[in-house]
Amino acid sequence: MHKLTDIWLALPDYGRSTVWSVVITVVLIISVALLTLWERKVIGWMQLRRGPNRVRIFGLVPGLGQPFADVFKLLMKEVIVPTNSNKFLFRLAPIITLVPAFAAWAVIPLSPTVVVSRADAGLLYLLSLTSMGVYGVIIAGWAANSKYAFLGAMRSAAQMVAYEIAMGFALVGVLMATGSMNLGTIVLTQAGGALSWNWFWLFPLLMVYFISGVAETNRAPFDVAEGESEIVAGFHVEYSGIAFALFFLAEYANMILISTLTAVFFFGGWQGPLEGYQGVAAAPWWLAWLGAPSFLWLFLKVFCLVFLFLWFRATFPRYRYDQIMRLGWKALIPVTLVWIGVEMLLSVYHIGPWSRPWFH
Amino acid sequence: MLIQGLFYLFSAILVLAALGVISARNPVYSALALVMCFVTSAAIWLLLEAEFLAVVLVLVYVGAVMVLFLFVVMMLDINLAELRQGFTRFAWLGWLTALAVIVEIAGVVWARGGLGIDASAGGTASAADYSNTLALGTLLYTRYAYPLELAAMLLLVAIVAAISLTMRRRAGLKQQDISAQVAVRAEDRVRLIKMASEKRP
Repeated sequence: MHKLTDIWLALPDYGRSTVWSVVITVVLIISVALLTLWERKVIGWMQLRRGPNRVRIFGLVPGLGQPFADVFKLLMKEVIVPTNSNKFLFRLAPIITLVPAFAAWAVIPLSPTVVVSRADAGLLYLLSLTSMGVYGVIIAGWAANSKYAFLGAMRSAAQMVAYEIAMGFALVGVLMATGSMNLGTIVLTQAGGALSWNWFWLFPLLMVYFISGVAETNRAPFDVAEGESEIVAGFHVEYSGIAFALFFLAEYANMILISTLTAVFFFGGWQGPLEGYQGVAAAPWWLAWLGAPSFLWLFLKVFCLVFLFLWFRATFPRYRYDQIMRLGWKALIPVTLVWIGVEMLLSVYHIGPWSRPWFH
Repeated sequence: MLIQGLFYLFSAILVLAALGVISARNPVYSALALVMCFVTSAAIWLLLEAEFLAVVLVLVYVGAVMVLFLFVVMMLDINLAELRQGFTRFAWLGWLTALAVIVEIAGVVWARGGLGIDASAGGTASAADYSNTLALGTLLYTRYAYPLELAAMLLLVAIVAAISLTMRRRAGLKQQDISAQVAVRAEDRVRLIKMASEKRP
């Protein structure tokens, strides 16, 4: 064990980054698998069902083996490429969808010490990556040469372009409150316990960001791109086997990504809720733990936010397409613009986050 | 050495993708090749330590402009055979235009005695805490504040003009009045009656 630590510390910077990116990718794929199970269980409970409860691993928890069984089933199935489709783009699309969902994790600080890249323009990097996710959907819809797929792609392209703007404006507010585009610094500036996290002073922006996030990931109630009652399965209707699984993987990875970003931007990332309160640091370990920064806090926050995604899906009926456009352009964007104006006033009079010393 | 290698790699991809834009038969392939051009030129800018410009290039052109481009190109049902009919007839015009552009660029570069920038060597190394984004922001909002506002106003006018040109109301169009839908209350639609339970016959 001691030797392992020595090897780890002796590794160059890029070596450690590589190791961490491999670890993050593997953990992310496993969490996606578990998330699919958790989603089916949660929605099952909400609808007074049991959810998956047949496949076990080593005879332990009923249902725990379900995602793995699903993956193996999908791996065995044939990937059917439609005759008149554009073969090259049809195969390329799932990969294009998947790459941004994983690449975005490069700049996200997972704990005070663990981050793959401390990029200074991390926020811009994230914005540009999330805006590239739409390509996979469009290309998939077009290459399949199917009317339903194409309709789904068009819908999702319009939706993603519209909600990206609201999302970007919400992040402008975060940028104003923290004075940095480096995600590590954004987390650090929110120090001082749960009430000094951004969610308090930027509450409207938090709402806008999370709603846009749900729309960006094409999740219910904004899932018109798939809309099974109208256009079968939308842009991935022609995909089967593991190609379909890749779209699935990307969607769930994006859900986790949006939740993590919301936690980082608005809920203090890896900061503990009682951090900075008087006497907490000197308290016995079971209390001091509430104030100590750790990965556990980020995990808990992300877990709650991901749960919201599932809750929405079980609760809300699907939006109509024109309602989605109206909400994006006429409700969310004005809210962000107004709140940026409010922030301007707050910063002039040094209220809230702007009363911190580094803004003077 | 590594940076130089990367530069030549990206430049090769960029040139190939640019050739793809003008030579691809399928307009969708052309548009996708153009996306590739933007991404690789962003990579070259990153090598020059212009990280802000690189990210914004991807954000604006790849993330928004090209999506709309693809949107339109995919919707058009272009007959390729018809499109290629006039190719040889107008080829001389295309060559002439290309030649003119090359002569113009070469003229500017020659008149200024070269650009004075060797991109293949990478950017000049700057201090570790130097932030390209911060430097650009400081310049834009102090020295160039007036031109920036002017450009922003110009864009705003362009947006208003584009919307007012394309927005028209056709008579007799069946549309949902969303504000009326939102304003509906349950009392308007459902009448709740209180009554005693009846005996089973």
